Amino acid sequence: MSFLELKNITKVYPNGTKAINETSLNIEYGEFMVFVGPSGCGKSTLLRMIAGLEDITEGEIDLDGKTINKIDPSERDVAMVFQNYALYPHMNVYKNLSYGLKNRGESKENIDNKVKEVAELLEIKEYLQRKPAQLSGGQRQRVAMGRAIVRNPKVFLFDEPLSNLDAKLRGQVRIEIKKLQQSMNVTSVFVTHDQVEAMTLGDRLAVINNGVIEQLGTPIEVYEKPASKFVGEFIGSPQMNFVNGAINNNNFESSSFKLNKDLNIDNASVVLGFRAEDLNLKEEGEISLTIDIIEKLGSDSIIYGRDKDGQSICYKESGNTKLEVGEIINISLDVDAVHIFDEKTGKRLN
Amino acid sequence: MSRTISQYLVHIILIVGVLLMVVPIWIIFASSTHDNGTILSQGMQWGLGDQFIENYDRVLNQKGGFSQEITASSMLINSFIMAFGIATLTVLTSLMSAYTIVYFRFKLAVPIFWIIFLTLLVPLELRIMPSYQVVSNLGLVNTYTGLILPLSASAIATFFFRQFYKSVPDELLEAAKLDGANSWKFFIDFLVPLSKTMIAAMFIFMFVYGYNQYLWPLIMTTDEKYWTVVMGMKTIFMSWGVERFSYIILSMIPPVLVVIFLQRWFIQGLFQTK
Repeated sequence: MSFLELKNITKVYPNGTKAINETSLNIEYGEFMVFVGPSGCGKSTLLRMIAGLEDITEGEIDLDGKTINKIDPSERDVAMVFQNYALYPHMNVYKNLSYGLKNRGESKENIDNKVKEVAELLEIKEYLQRKPAQLSGGQRQRVAMGRAIVRNPKVFLFDEPLSNLDAKLRGQVRIEIKKLQQSMNVTSVFVTHDQVEAMTLGDRLAVINNGVIEQLGTPIEVYEKPASKFVGEFIGSPQMNFVNGAINNNNFESSSFKLNKDLNIDNASVVLGFRAEDLNLKEEGEISLTIDIIEKLGSDSIIYGRDKDGQSICYKESGNTKLEVGEIINISLDVDAVHIFDEKTGKRLN
Repeated sequence: MSRTISQYLVHIILIVGVLLMVVPIWIIFASSTHDNGTILSQGMQWGLGDQFIENYDRVLNQKGGFSQEITASSMLINSFIMAFGIATLTVLTSLMSAYTIVYFRFKLAVPIFWIIFLTLLVPLELRIMPSYQVVSNLGLVNTYTGLILPLSASAIATFFFRQFYKSVPDELLEAAKLDGANSWKFFIDFLVPLSKTMIAAMFIFMFVYGYNQYLWPLIMTTDEKYWTVVMGMKTIFMSWGVERFSYIILSMIPPVLVVIFLQRWFIQGLFQTK
């Protein structure tokens, strides 16, 4: 039995919208699970159901062997970090941290020790007497984390906690969260729409689309073997290239090029997916590309172009490229790294 | 150069404004310190006289009214009790009704809110007969409760607090829920302190509103013991003595004190929660 189990969870809002559709998921003790997906896919709803902020229409959530469906949020032993932090504006940092403990009826001394300990851990000791309005974005984020940590919960729930930080701080805090989670070994669920956060933080990812988990797996599994066209499209930057075509006698054929590999798939209309880094510049390459735009990132160059059919394709080269806009190049595809998706269902076929 | 001119101009306007407010009050105050003869022969005075203690003592302690059993000091106390009661109860009832309307999303919340809002169209003066009937049936004629109760619910204040509660982010409630706050605690620990500044503003507003009531206490109180300052004005103006100036000055003191006392809190809160 897993530590946190979601069993056939369905959420239907009063207006009839189905936010989550029969989703099941097991999260192990100490695991860092990331829910990732586009806005409105239901990832936050799922998290809020675990927190108890949203009623469960159907299904069951078990935490540590106990069904928590009907248990009050405060008694579920979960702590949540909100997107806008939701710090209590009229209380200073100390009171923000201690409010939950006070409501649990812990002794003053006990509370004081715990708050000081967490303040030390998060390096917010100097700010204990300040109000949230007097703190910077990063400091507020720490206080929000502290408020979750101080309660010593069974599960941490993060609802896009980094999206209000600037890019540089986001990277730092991301690493800190990972470190903290590892050292405290608390089961965590992290919701994000940012695939970099998802890839770097999660032990496992649940890629969610339209209220359904499209794929569940380690970040590398999800990256290397996306279960559907949606996952392939959503994870990875630059975005995966897609070319429509068909399987004929186990070979992929599009109107502009043919792939020389035995794919072992029945004849069907398919979408071929391949990542920008799986392309190589080669004289005899099967795809010829007219370059439209070049993005030089320093470490890599990303080249956007069109093939003969006008299909846009993106190709990545390490270092600073010598290619120029308007040039026509031939590139070849690493046939072992292609992903074949069914054209209709979007499911992976190879 | 033009900046200093415009600054002078601003200050001149401000000073004129201040004088417009202060001068009449000063003249009344100055006049209230002269004896009757001076006022009658020379009109109102700019300078101070030497009758301050005598005049104010007479106004505060001389019995008046038809049955000669009310003094200005007891009228001041009555007015203060009435205004304080109205302000306190109004703030409490509107805080709570707004809380109910915004946070307990029962089916009738919206219609109920609009019904409350509709009462704005029915001021006390319009419903004075039924109000009197109710209060008199309850046996509350000639009591402080009777003076206060019919005026202690305000649609405007409810509306103000409702608007404020609606601007409080939902995450705050959710975070509080996770921290173990029940609906009562959320109200006391969050909404009340967060609306501190609005409470102060509403209290001032309602205090002055209650203090200025004339028609209701006039109808409600047949017993002179419950007369209020505003009612007393009518009586005191029937005499032409210097006492009316002292009376006006005295009648201004309670609302001014409330404003001065709460304004500090009001401004403080304004800067802190921003």
